[in-house]
Amino acid sequence: MPLLAAESISKHFGGIAALVGVDLNVEPGEFVGLVGPNGAGKTTLFNCLLGILKPNRGRVFFRGRDLSRMPMHARARLGLGRTFQRLEVFSGMTVRDHFLVADRSRRKKGGLFGDLVGQGTPTRREDARAEAVGELLGLTELLDVPVDSLSLGHARLVELGRAVLTEPKLLMLDEPSSGLDRVETMEMARVLQSVQAERGTAILLVEHDLEMVSLVTSRLYVLEFGEMLATGPTPQVLAHPVVRRAYVGDVA
Amino acid sequence: MSRAVSIWPASADPIGSTKSGLVAAGTAGPGWARGNSKIVNDVVGLIVGGLALGCVYALVATGVVLTYKTSAVFNLALGAQAFTAAAVMYSLRNNLGLPLILSFVVAVLIVGPLLGLGLYVTLFRRLRNVPEAVRLVVALGVLILLPAIVQALWFGKGGNRGSPPALVLEQDKVYAWGPVSIPADQLSTILFTILVVVGLVALFKYTNLGLQMRAVVESPRMVQLAGINADRVSMISWMLSGTIAALGGVLLAPLFLSITPSNYTILLVAAIAAAVFGRLTSLPLTLVGGLALGFLQQALSRYLPSDSVLAQGLRPSLPFVVLFLLLLFWPGLRDRREVTDPLAGVDPPASSIAGTVRASKDTSKVLPLTLGTVVIVALCLLLPGIWMYRITGAIVLSTIFLSFTVLTGMAGQISLCQAAFAGAGAYGAAQLANHFNVPIMVGLLVGGLVGLAVGMLISLPTLGLRGIYLTLATLAFTLMVDQIVFPLEQVGGGPAGLEVPRPYWSGFIDFSDDRAFFLLCVAALAVAALVVWLVRRGTTGRFLDAIRGSETGAASIGINPSRAKITAFALSALIAGVGGVLLSSWQQRTSAGDFGVGNSLLWALVVIILGARTIKGALAGGFLLVLFPELLKAAGIPNPEAWQGVVFGLGTFVFVRHPEGLVDAIGGWYQRHFGRPERTTEEVRRIVTIDLSEPEPPAGNGASSPQAPYTAGVGPLPDTAGAVAGTAGGGSYRYAQAGSGPPQPPSMPAPPSFGGT
Repeated sequence: MPLLAAESISKHFGGIAALVGVDLNVEPGEFVGLVGPNGAGKTTLFNCLLGILKPNRGRVFFRGRDLSRMPMHARARLGLGRTFQRLEVFSGMTVRDHFLVADRSRRKKGGLFGDLVGQGTPTRREDARAEAVGELLGLTELLDVPVDSLSLGHARLVELGRAVLTEPKLLMLDEPSSGLDRVETMEMARVLQSVQAERGTAILLVEHDLEMVSLVTSRLYVLEFGEMLATGPTPQVLAHPVVRRAYVGDVA
Repeated sequence: MSRAVSIWPASADPIGSTKSGLVAAGTAGPGWARGNSKIVNDVVGLIVGGLALGCVYALVATGVVLTYKTSAVFNLALGAQAFTAAAVMYSLRNNLGLPLILSFVVAVLIVGPLLGLGLYVTLFRRLRNVPEAVRLVVALGVLILLPAIVQALWFGKGGNRGSPPALVLEQDKVYAWGPVSIPADQLSTILFTILVVVGLVALFKYTNLGLQMRAVVESPRMVQLAGINADRVSMISWMLSGTIAALGGVLLAPLFLSITPSNYTILLVAAIAAAVFGRLTSLPLTLVGGLALGFLQQALSRYLPSDSVLAQGLRPSLPFVVLFLLLLFWPGLRDRREVTDPLAGVDPPASSIAGTVRASKDTSKVLPLTLGTVVIVALCLLLPGIWMYRITGAIVLSTIFLSFTVLTGMAGQISLCQAAFAGAGAYGAAQLANHFNVPIMVGLLVGGLVGLAVGMLISLPTLGLRGIYLTLATLAFTLMVDQIVFPLEQVGGGPAGLEVPRPYWSGFIDFSDDRAFFLLCVAALAVAALVVWLVRRGTTGRFLDAIRGSETGAASIGINPSRAKITAFALSALIAGVGGVLLSSWQQRTSAGDFGVGNSLLWALVVIILGARTIKGALAGGFLLVLFPELLKAAGIPNPEAWQGVVFGLGTFVFVRHPEGLVDAIGGWYQRHFGRPERTTEEVRRIVTIDLSEPEPPAGNGASSPQAPYTAGVGPLPDTAGAVAGTAGGGSYRYAQAGSGPPQPPSMPAPPSFGGT
């Protein structure tokens, strides 16, 4: 059974068909990319998968459960982690607190009573887990810095670390490289690879940067005009003339 | 002796939650039909009266929408602006005897726009890029400040007797055309409204300025890029809305027997309801909303039996009920994203209302803090009775204010119904004590639970409301409770109020003595403060921090925002409920206005200005609110309640610069000048900068320490790239070469060169 299964998703806005019968699967532990030219419907599909948009037809299953009527926090608890294209960090909190909050959310803490009997203070184990993720992401030096004073690249890594600490089965990343420079993008690619390798997390990456996609993903979906143009192992897909024509307008 | 000291005589609170005002509005409600009583056609009278009342609502609502659209400020102060204009008009016409036209020109055409302009220039101009909550608090401050100034300077007690002047050529004249007859004041109201509406339509449709105003609504930044002075456009719209509000205020004045701020609170809420009906954007819908509300209120006062208690409460409170229902059920308000400005991102991010980063090691201060408290409490026991009584009041109030620390400071919700929670607790405990002899010690618990229940009651239906809409819902809720529920004999004991005993259980507990009661209150405050402190640094506090930072982000890691918010509401209401019981027990009675809307607003303002995030802020608020009026009285200042409103209202000007709260601001200033140096935000920022720009050590060194971010990151990449290129038969590389855009730099080798710089 695939981890994530989208079955013939269709979505139209008014008369415009944004998605037409799109299928998409992600197997456990797999690193999958989703690319396509601007306006191909990547974000629409992503939002349909996350339940932010309601598809007109088709359904999305995650670990065998229908996601469509589930609020975002419930989906997160099921093991669906995500990051955002526009930052959604907790302004005013330090990096360490971001990780702590995510860690506690995963362990279903948050009872008022626990706080009152003094269980609110971070334990040594929690600190260790936060530091481990900080090390994985190269944020060790910045753990006690308020997230507001971080660069965009680091803030994106914080979002990623926050998602990683919830120990998701699938990480969905919405253009994690947007706004980053080359070095930061490569750093992001490295981190994603190690998350997938060390933690066995499946990753679905929506990305503009073909270079990064070719580096990290093993399988690729290509969307064009709301239809799935191609799927298969990344190198073959990228090398295919049809894909290249669709993506870069290259007729040669 | 103790009863001689009452902090809030009902008639004196600055916003005027006075029953007299609202009841006057209720009984005077049909007053529009004053001249109609002899006239045959009831329905026509109803329509005309409703139309006139609706016109006034619609006018002020138009002002609300105008300022909200052009400067993103939800201007609660418009009610105060309308009041000020009406007071000026009254003084000029009735007290100084100036001609009607001249009074009108000064009050509406000079004071109106100048007030709008002054508020914009001194306060709201700098608020475009701050969180909505800050703007809301500032508007709230002005809502309290303006009437307080007017009352303190010249319009205090006894200043306004006799019926306010109507904008008519001949007082009490009735114009009649066939079956239709219209009293002059209603006719002039309708005509003025038509004039304003036609003028606005012309402005927006046909003038350059109107076009600019519409553009500013979309994106002030974009408008500036187009070479238009967005600031000037905003200024003009504030002057315009000020004039419209002043006109509404002057037109409304003859309806009331006297001009009091509370009457204008009703006007404001009615206008807000109309504006919400128009979703804060559509002027036509807003007009329709205002008119409909006017009709509804007129019909209600005509056809509802006047003897039932419910009707008496409901009639003047109709705008509150309508606003509350609109907020809950009007589609399009829930989950609405506020900002659509495509250039919203260019401005620096706003500083948060409680944006201080958590102090990491505050446990070290626990021991000295405890010792200090014990010493101070012991010293207080030596004070003369009256002062100890006052300090007890301050402590009780501080306890109530800790409920703001939870709800506003931690959950980031600006609630204007904390007094309603406190009142629910107080009345619940008092009724139990009076009717069932339940000791007040048990009552403390019951009061807390009643408060909690009310907190849940308000939080559940308002879960989907964000920011300003939640605040408005709590305001409407407070007004409803204050006008309909609390005056009931079975709740608040009617006009006489309730006797509330001191905690006393013969043979077991005796806190009837002032000193013993003082100690009980200190203990209650200590427990509440400890709870707040533990929750704030615990999981719940951190989750609430996270939700405040980004609700979407919090949900994405599995935090249930609804659950966290309900928890905050419940805890806050529990604390407020217990505090309310203590407050009434301290006064040994309850009286009208103790838990009214006036105190709700004033409490919120004082606590937020001083610091909603910290326990210190709540303490400072409690002490200031109890002791400051005593100081004023001791200094022999007349009308101290009004002056108190002036001072707290002026605090808004400080708040604009220090949204983190005055207490923290003073603390920071002290720290900078006299304290031990601490790692400030600037220093943190500097460290980060160095960290980013520092050249990385060469790859050879970096390989030994896996933490070094970039070297470790760059290392494996070329390998992987090579592998990919190899398996793909050079596919990805060929892509880079064949790309129609500018040829991609051979980026794989690039990182090492960066690492070497």
